[in-house]
Amino acid sequence: MSWYLTLPLMTPFVVAVLAFLLRKNGVGRWVAVVGSLIGVGLSALLFMQILRDGVVVGQMADWPAPYGITLAADLLSGIMVMLTALAGLATTLYATSEIDPELEDLGFFAVLQLLLGGVTGAFLTGDLFNLYVWFEVLLISSFGLLIMGGTREQIDGAVKYVTLNLVSTIMFLIGLGFLYGATGTLNMADLRGAVDASEQQGLITVLSMFFLLAFGMKAAMFPLFAWLPASYHTPTSTVSAIFAGLLSKVGVYSLFRTFTLIFDNDVGYTHTILLWVAGLTMVAGILGALAQTDVRRVLSYQIISSIGFLLMGLALYTPLAIAGAVFYLIHNIIVKVNLFLVAGVAERLTGSSQMSRMGGLYKTAPLFSVLFLIPAFALAGFPPLPGFWAKVLLVKAALDVNAWVMAAIALSVGLLTIWSMMIVWTRVFWDPHPDGLEPTLSDLGDDKWPLLLPIIALGAMTILIGIFPQNFVVLSEQVAAQLLDPQPYVDAVLGAAK
Amino acid sequence: METLLAITIGCLVAAGVYLMLARDMLRFLFGLTLISNAVNLAIFASGRITVGGVPPLVPEGEKYPVGDVANALPQALILTAIVIGFGLFAFSLVLAMRAYSELGTLDTDAMLLAESNDEGDKA
Repeated sequence: MSWYLTLPLMTPFVVAVLAFLLRKNGVGRWVAVVGSLIGVGLSALLFMQILRDGVVVGQMADWPAPYGITLAADLLSGIMVMLTALAGLATTLYATSEIDPELEDLGFFAVLQLLLGGVTGAFLTGDLFNLYVWFEVLLISSFGLLIMGGTREQIDGAVKYVTLNLVSTIMFLIGLGFLYGATGTLNMADLRGAVDASEQQGLITVLSMFFLLAFGMKAAMFPLFAWLPASYHTPTSTVSAIFAGLLSKVGVYSLFRTFTLIFDNDVGYTHTILLWVAGLTMVAGILGALAQTDVRRVLSYQIISSIGFLLMGLALYTPLAIAGAVFYLIHNIIVKVNLFLVAGVAERLTGSSQMSRMGGLYKTAPLFSVLFLIPAFALAGFPPLPGFWAKVLLVKAALDVNAWVMAAIALSVGLLTIWSMMIVWTRVFWDPHPDGLEPTLSDLGDDKWPLLLPIIALGAMTILIGIFPQNFVVLSEQVAAQLLDPQPYVDAVLGAAK
Repeated sequence: METLLAITIGCLVAAGVYLMLARDMLRFLFGLTLISNAVNLAIFASGRITVGGVPPLVPEGEKYPVGDVANALPQALILTAIVIGFGLFAFSLVLAMRAYSELGTLDTDAMLLAESNDEGDKA
């Protein structure tokens, strides 16, 4: 059994227990911060191990695949685990100032760690049923985080979030059951061979649609995204940030995993659907963002349009397109977490998240405004920030396969993203505050550094990726090569059995 | 036996979908439970139904069970799914209760608080 795989997975759960037991007197929060820091270190170790060995595989209790529970990490999993740990550290640190003692007593930090554990598990598992279990772990912790605080708006948002996610869970379970019936295995590497060998290719394609629906709903793709903008802006900023950065990306990751490893026998059918959906997701997301007046809802709709870009990469299904999507995924997690954290600070300074009740921040807190501009420009795709490089790769990939319409959609959605960011900039930072408030950063008092440090760190990472994109492009191309030729992954998982 | 099970599953799904189309949150949740039970039965069926079969035990000296046995793995999967489903359903019921006491309604069409775009509404 590989400790590299189990440690990043177990740490959040151990930290969750400790943070819960020590939650009185504000000790638990620092346990959580230190635990997240250890998590970052462990995930970096795992990543280095993956770079050295290719695919790292662990069989639980030494039951050989495909009979036991398999943990398997290729480059994509490694990247996602590391980003999860980084996002977790940033939000945990931010939460130490944002979360009031009341929520802390309820075990906020413990539930946040459970969520991180669930997300990490989903990225590391090599078994479809195990993936279902990890989905439930992260789902139930996300329910907890979403309703903590219990305001009327939160309950209202939670009703939509909970019910629609339960429907997607059931879709997933139906797909699982029938896939097991058709192939006799649920180990993802084993499924690849079993699906290829199956005589019922039509049935397999039908089953793949169950997975498309289930993961698509989690990923907030068109037309299944209604729950996201209804709920993501209601909880605390910390929770919004971690949801925005990670949760929908778990759905995207699962789509990438299943639709490259298992369901790649009828690409003409499945990936054409994905391509349509990707285009519609981009357009619907950004049009929604333009219509909103609450800054966090603008950002929520922008998540949906970024999901469209990611799906577009998967749907085009060329090495360059997938590399572009992976690069987009890396930068998008960092940027989205950052934007919600910035929005949280802006809300705290101006006293509202309604854009009509905000303003004046550029005049009184110019440096903070720059901290907003970095992720905002990155998302909009300004060179030299990473969003630009990701879109270059994706649009180039679309042009290479003569998908002119998709390229046009991607470019116009990029333009509309700039417009929607401009609205936020003008109304929140540029215009004077309606009540004549002149909020400055020192209004944050003692909480200043825990709030600003994650924002500065994530901003610095964004700039670094933007200035040195070459390493990340090469990495993304390696990921794409691994995804499009999963034979080494299959051999690593099943070969370990021999 | 499979036919009977298939008809049962079909009825459960139909009833579940009918309930889930209602605007009332409680009905929706009941529908969801029916469908998740239907799914569990479907997984159960995928592991082969044996009538008058033997339990999947490996006799002494053999490497695998002999005779007409059912696959035990789907049954283990269902157990997991039942436990998870129960937890989620319990949470959803509490949420429904809380929604009723906070928002005064279970009609999902009337739950528009978080999605109102009225700028003056919530300062």
